[in-house]
Amino acid sequence: MPVIVEAQNLQKNYNGFPAVAGIDFKIQKGQCFGILGPNGAGKTTVVVMIYCFHPVSGGKLTVFGKDVNNDPRAIKKRLGVVPQENNLDLELSVRENLLIYAGYYGIKKDVAEKRAKELLYFFGLSDKAGHEVDKISGGMKRRLTIARGLIHTPDLLILDEPTTGLDPQSRRLIWEHLRQLKKKGLTLILTTHYLEEATQLCDDLIIMDKGIILEEGKPADLIKKQVGAKIVEIDIEPTHKNSLIASVQNMISGYQLAGNTLYLFIPEDETAVMKILNTSNYADAYQIRPANLEDVFLKLTGRGLSYEEVSGYESSSFAKTS
Amino acid sequence: MKAAALPKLHKWASYYSPVNRWALKVFTRNLFVFRKTWTTNLVFNIVEPLLYLAALGAGLGMLVEDIEGMSYTQFIAPGIIATSAMWAAAAECSYDSFVRMYYQKIYHAIVATPINLEEVVTGELLYGTFKSVLSGTVIMSVVAVLGLVPSPWALLIPVVLVLNGMAFSQLAMIWTGIVPKIDNFAYFFTLVITPMFLFSGVFFPLDVLPQVLQQLAWLLPLYHIVALLRSLTLGLVSIDLLFHVLWLLVFILIIFPLPQYLMHRRLIK
Repeated sequence: MPVIVEAQNLQKNYNGFPAVAGIDFKIQKGQCFGILGPNGAGKTTVVVMIYCFHPVSGGKLTVFGKDVNNDPRAIKKRLGVVPQENNLDLELSVRENLLIYAGYYGIKKDVAEKRAKELLYFFGLSDKAGHEVDKISGGMKRRLTIARGLIHTPDLLILDEPTTGLDPQSRRLIWEHLRQLKKKGLTLILTTHYLEEATQLCDDLIIMDKGIILEEGKPADLIKKQVGAKIVEIDIEPTHKNSLIASVQNMISGYQLAGNTLYLFIPEDETAVMKILNTSNYADAYQIRPANLEDVFLKLTGRGLSYEEVSGYESSSFAKTS
Repeated sequence: MKAAALPKLHKWASYYSPVNRWALKVFTRNLFVFRKTWTTNLVFNIVEPLLYLAALGAGLGMLVEDIEGMSYTQFIAPGIIATSAMWAAAAECSYDSFVRMYYQKIYHAIVATPINLEEVVTGELLYGTFKSVLSGTVIMSVVAVLGLVPSPWALLIPVVLVLNGMAFSQLAMIWTGIVPKIDNFAYFFTLVITPMFLFSGVFFPLDVLPQVLQQLAWLLPLYHIVALLRSLTLGLVSIDLLFHVLWLLVFILIIFPLPQYLMHRRLIK
């Protein structure tokens, strides 16, 4: 598979503050590559360097085999950008937004008209074509911004938090569109702090925090490696924690405590742990659920993706006992 | 020697390289939006100078003796053309550019395409110039209908207005590259534009001022514009006018890299 983007020891400093502190990754053609992390992790900084807006401070970043420092115009011709904040032309209609953007790429008018029509149809905006952008909904604006990023049929589409601030229904609709684009073979880069979004869309992802990569891999592999198959969530008095842990220690791959909730990581089967819990006096209430990326993230950073510090947090992994 | 001089020349030339077809695309974008909003846009630009002309010409003019053989209305008419064009460029590349850059993030949207930031700034300057020339030319036409533009040399006025538009678009864009908030443009208008408006020979001949102030006025771009426009309106054409043109060209060329640099510093980290 050809490599579309490659970062080697990539660094970015803003006035001496290391927003990206030396990271390496490769993005292959046709992949949906996720950059996951809380606000301030450095996700946006990474994609902004990929689309050649801010220069890199150190290391090397190539896109389509070209160094971002040397040939931004050639790179930018081949990629589409959906920025975090909508920056549509508010005075113009939905259709005109696409046509004006096509003009920046030097696309001929008749080709642009045809392409705009196709994109509006694909994104379910055909009947809004003549509407002023100011008067359409947030979800539609988002879809229009994605359509705009595709007007020149790019080889790579960069989406910076494409569904932040949208209602669940609009979010799902956008996921569906992105899935279809992926099926057509388009390479996608997606930053997000929604774990469900990353799980649903990404083939491969990096988890970032404070400018570095904490983990990388396929979502399912990451969950399995870091946490296991299932999670048992238990309401517990923190003082009782140690005795409970002691009783299940050889059945779990690790645990974490956040406030009064204890999370036990179950490698595969929970039956043995359940037996103990059912006879325990310490576990007030509990539930079992599949492990997800949020558990991985909480384990790696000690805080949730919503960026609140979790009080009374501690975590531990056990060597697997066979 | 020659080998050392060449890269330097190349570096200087690169300051002007954003004047290209990419910048023209940005200009085209603004023109496209203008086509949708031009009615409200132009009306304000036209009404205000005509109010000045009416109040000062027909009102104050009654109390003022003829200046250099002209009625007071005749004296101020060319200056009103020049200042309306100045205000148009200054407003476009300050408030309007700031809204596009800061609130609407249009610069960010365009820089994500093959166009770079310097070309965006250049496109904005071209558009500011366009609006300035348009505004000044419309006022000139109205003033001509009132019989205040006797000479056919006035047909060259739009050409002078190009210099005027470029100079004031650049000055405004410098502030757009610096100001933290949109309110801060008040300084630009109070400290730069208004003094220029009042002391460039629009409302009175500068030789009534102390020598020092007369010399300071020479530093103001509007002074040269007003001198050119007054001469062209009356058909008092001489080789001296080329000197004013030269002054403006040099001013424009020297200032040109500055808004590019400041906007780059502001947006690209």
